[in-house]
Amino acid sequence: MAKFSAKPDELAKIRYAPPETEWMETPVEFREHMFCHAAKPKDLETVEFPNAHEWSSKDEDWKLPANWEQTILQGMKDLLGKYRSFQLFMDICVRCGACADKCHFFIGSGDPKNMPVLRAELLRSVYRGNFTLAGKILRKLAGARELTVSVLKEWWYYFYQCTECRRCSVFCPYGIDTAEITMMGRELTNMIGLQLGWIGGPVANCYMKGNHLGLEPHTIKSSIEFFLDDIESITGIKIEPTFNRKGAEILFVTPSGDLFANPGTYTAMGYLMLFHELGLDYTWSTYASEGGNFGFFTSNEMAKRLNSKIYAEAKRLGVKWVLGGECGHMWRVINQYMDTWNGPADFMEVPKSPITGTVFDNAKSTKMVHIAEFTADLIKHNKLKLDPRRNDHLKVTFHDSCNTSRGMGLLEEPRYVIKSVCSHFYEMPENTIREKTFCCGSGTGLNASENMELRMRGGFPRANAVKYVHERHGVNMLANVCAIDRATLSASMDYWVPGVGVAGVHELVGNALIMKGEKERTQDLRLEPLPGKEGSE
Amino acid sequence: MKTLIPFFAVVILIVLALAGVNMANMQFLFGVAIPYAALATFILGVIYRVVKWGRSPVPFCIPTTCGQQKSLPWIKQDKIENPSSTGWVIVRMALEVLLFRSLFRNIKTELRDGPKLAYGSDKWLWLAGLAFHWSFLIILVRHFRFFSLGVPFPIRMIEGLDSFLQIGVPLFYMTDAVILAAVTYLFIRRMTIPTVKYISLPADYFPLFLILAIAASGVIMRYFAKVDIVSVKQLTMGLVSFSPVIPKGIGSIFYVHLFLISILFAYFPFSKLVHMAGVFMSPTRNMANDSRMVRHINPWNYPVHVHTYEEYENDFRAKMKAAGLPVEKE
Ligand code: SF4
Ligand code: SF4
Repeated sequence: MAKFSAKPDELAKIRYAPPETEWMETPVEFREHMFCHAAKPKDLETVEFPNAHEWSSKDEDWKLPANWEQTILQGMKDLLGKYRSFQLFMDICVRCGACADKCHFFIGSGDPKNMPVLRAELLRSVYRGNFTLAGKILRKLAGARELTVSVLKEWWYYFYQCTECRRCSVFCPYGIDTAEITMMGRELTNMIGLQLGWIGGPVANCYMKGNHLGLEPHTIKSSIEFFLDDIESITGIKIEPTFNRKGAEILFVTPSGDLFANPGTYTAMGYLMLFHELGLDYTWSTYASEGGNFGFFTSNEMAKRLNSKIYAEAKRLGVKWVLGGECGHMWRVINQYMDTWNGPADFMEVPKSPITGTVFDNAKSTKMVHIAEFTADLIKHNKLKLDPRRNDHLKVTFHDSCNTSRGMGLLEEPRYVIKSVCSHFYEMPENTIREKTFCCGSGTGLNASENMELRMRGGFPRANAVKYVHERHGVNMLANVCAIDRATLSASMDYWVPGVGVAGVHELVGNALIMKGEKERTQDLRLEPLPGKEGSE
Repeated sequence: MKTLIPFFAVVILIVLALAGVNMANMQFLFGVAIPYAALATFILGVIYRVVKWGRSPVPFCIPTTCGQQKSLPWIKQDKIENPSSTGWVIVRMALEVLLFRSLFRNIKTELRDGPKLAYGSDKWLWLAGLAFHWSFLIILVRHFRFFSLGVPFPIRMIEGLDSFLQIGVPLFYMTDAVILAAVTYLFIRRMTIPTVKYISLPADYFPLFLILAIAASGVIMRYFAKVDIVSVKQLTMGLVSFSPVIPKGIGSIFYVHLFLISILFAYFPFSKLVHMAGVFMSPTRNMANDSRMVRHINPWNYPVHVHTYEEYENDFRAKMKAAGLPVEKE
């Protein structure tokens, strides 16, 4: 396969006019760089997923299991009975089109099947054909169709071109959430052994080793020790965090991506510095070493299986509450699913900041607090000594993650933290932030490399808004609270807005944090010279 | 095709009613039997749909949050767009149902040279939608004058407001014009915006044509080809009192009007029109974002196979010990 090489200018020539042929008569065409490789059967077998088999989406024959149609139709029937959202969203869309131009994949590709409404119709048409009276009688007139191999291929292509970001749901007059429909669609493909490699691998890793990257316990420890060396060389302070320690007050869980690659690692350094400075009685866990949940992109059951480790570990270690790091979909899961799946967490206490005494009543059942809430509270109570000038080389804007904004509402906490640790902060245009924020374009397991064109197209609206503040205010740093953002926005910035970096909020905190006994800092967490300290090393 | 078939379906329905009444004298069928059947279908159909939705549980608390969550006391929560209590959920729903809050957010995305994406306010759909639904409701309520002895005060009040322009005899109702204009706009919009046209099904045009025909036949009856109102009221009163009568001499256009309405009612539960009932049940709008405060229960939550800590430690014990990590079993 040729490497993806289209220039940004070419990619930005987008045609929004739909084709001449009706969508049902326009078969899906698999375009290079727009889809991901299939999962390895062994990864699916590790987690007991059904119908694992060797196949490739580029092949004509997908080696589907016998009776795959029945499996899917029965699966649909079960899901319709289990989820009111699914049943209702199949029935009430009026095709008003309000959601049409709200999807980053449609805006970036112009492909009409990336309009949320049409993405949903791909499944809805089969629903009508098999589960509604009007569809059974009137067939095509009622917008019904059969489930065929080519329909299945279309599902595969487009349900894995949706990042379940819920932006469409904000604008729909009935709150129809195409993310919910995509989740059902993906659950269906999973039933017949169709899964992405980039999802199947991390899920298997997370199940067996505790995290998506498959870091084994000793590797987690050594990765963190590596950060500690850097922190020591920057601040002169030696930090000694603990792992799997029973009796700690707090269990800290964050996405494993932050232990692995830049710039996420700088965020991890920020956490370590903050907790050390506070003298927090906390522990890392190597068993519950993943905050994110790629299982969430496969099936509800798998998501629950992976998520179970957090409470299990909290119980085993006897902690009082759990503190969670910066991650997007992790927080949708924690806010809207975890307690329902694996609670009640009645073996813990209502989270209370040992530093400020603030009781986090908003997390009184789940017992899990977002680090931005935790840090905002510290700053508000003047518990941190901060020197925002150390971030003066950065002109910062903030990217709201889809899940924390539309599946939680964490909007002001990170902004408050950023404004406290940075002097230069600029918002992107109003229609591209907060609840209307744009996806990075690579969420829900689409952050592979073989689908780079898809990612760049999906990332276009976000990048374009960054470009606006980059040109207008000289913004050069895109802050965020998500590990996938940190991993993927860097690529999208390099492509669309070169010159803008990506940082987690706690990297910025780590820069500004004045620690007791630290030496005069000359470098930021990236080991780059601080403003005014160039050449002093 | 997508527009022609539903268009001719409505034409055929009109012809059917005209022929039935004028040529076959089937006034009873069109004036009594079909309306009763349609109403029954409507009521039972909607109940069926709502019960069907209700039978599927809401396993997770999945509101789409459109504002600041409730967290620290000094951070102002957006109680309407991100409610954490039932009271505010009701406010959110009321705004949604009565004022189409989400549609009001609508923006148009445009790609300009640069490349530069621009987002412009686009409230036409909201305005037309609101105008259409509200005028439909008001017209419906006005029609209750045909189903009650005398004319109750609230209805007279609505009539008075609706005709406050005081034009013409009989007085001109604004909603008559508004509904015709709004439905026409919705139709033109569907035909002319390429993406909306692309997603449209015959089932999207049919109700538009049907409602347009209903409104038009009503307008014709009221302002132009007047029918004998006294007889019409005799018929409608007969219907509500379950002692149906077919008075002589009601113009056939009345039967067309009534027949199309019957079709609309009967069609309602089996079509996208059920969004009227469905909107109240939408979990992304009618739930409080309180799932970290109160545990939401999933009725079908079941135990799953997990990889326990014990199994994990068994896999990695030697490595853990070598790295100085604590273990449960030596
Ligand atoms: S906004 Fe909602 S009702 Fe309108 S087309 Fe989209 S999903 Fe359907
Ligand atoms: S959830 Fe996001 S990615 Fe999926 S259809 Fe809606 S807007 Fe597009």
